[in-house]
Amino acid sequence: MQISTRHQDKATIFDLSGDIDFANSPELRQSVLREIRENRPLRVVINLSSVHYIDSSGVASLVEGLKASRDLGSRFILFGLSTAAREILQLSRLIKVFEVYENEEEALAV
Amino acid sequence: MKTFLRPNTSNNQEREPGQRGSLLLVMALYSNPKWLSTVRAAVERLTATLGFKEEHCRSVTRALDEALTNIVRHAYNNRHDQPITMYFRKVQRKQEVEVQYGIEITLCDRGPACDATKWHGRSPGEIRPGGLGLQIIHDAMDIVEFSRKGNTNRLRLVKYLGQAGLAP
Repeated sequence: MQISTRHQDKATIFDLSGDIDFANSPELRQSVLREIRENRPLRVVINLSSVHYIDSSGVASLVEGLKASRDLGSRFILFGLSTAAREILQLSRLIKVFEVYENEEEALAV
Repeated sequence: MKTFLRPNTSNNQEREPGQRGSLLLVMALYSNPKWLSTVRAAVERLTATLGFKEEHCRSVTRALDEALTNIVRHAYNNRHDQPITMYFRKVQRKQEVEVQYGIEITLCDRGPACDATKWHGRSPGEIRPGGLGLQIIHDAMDIVEFSRKGNTNRLRLVKYLGQAGLAP
């Protein structure tokens, strides 16, 4: 998995690529939580369009990011979910807990 | 070099005479999470080759990935140098008049004995990290059985197809 970040207005966008699994989800968790706690962006936007697989530890990292964002009054948004990513969020019934959009334009417009 | 594990005798619940499973593949690896993606790629291809639908290829692969992660995390406490062996077999069972084919995956590790009755999944939709892996495994597989033989933990996962099932 590769992680890069961009800043646009008061949003931080995480561009992720590759598979998110137990080998690298701690790195994702650490990056997201650090950004939320240190920079306090109004929106944290996770670009999953180049992520083909997420396991439960990856979902757990996203849940932790969501909780940390809520605690600080910011929004935590996902977009570009692959079939596999959508399936695991549906299976866990967390798909309705996250704000999910099709693409970056929609994610930043609302 | 550590010795990799054999499954000992198998659970015979669905291995009546004439219905024995045939070994398709054995994978042995150390408990380093960097190998998870390699296993996923192999299993997704194996299940596709056997004729599983795409969604079932993904769900079986996901279940195995979660089971391996649980071994690394809980049986081996995140040690990366411990042995894990997986046996993949083609199995079949009779359901009324039709024969159902499927895949059986047996995961063996040498972690300490654990009490499977204390494994707790999460409630669907519950907003907390953790517990999702077990839910994924149970959701994907028709049979999930844990046993301990000697110093080996064995997790047996089975997924069946319908009659039109597996390629010979």
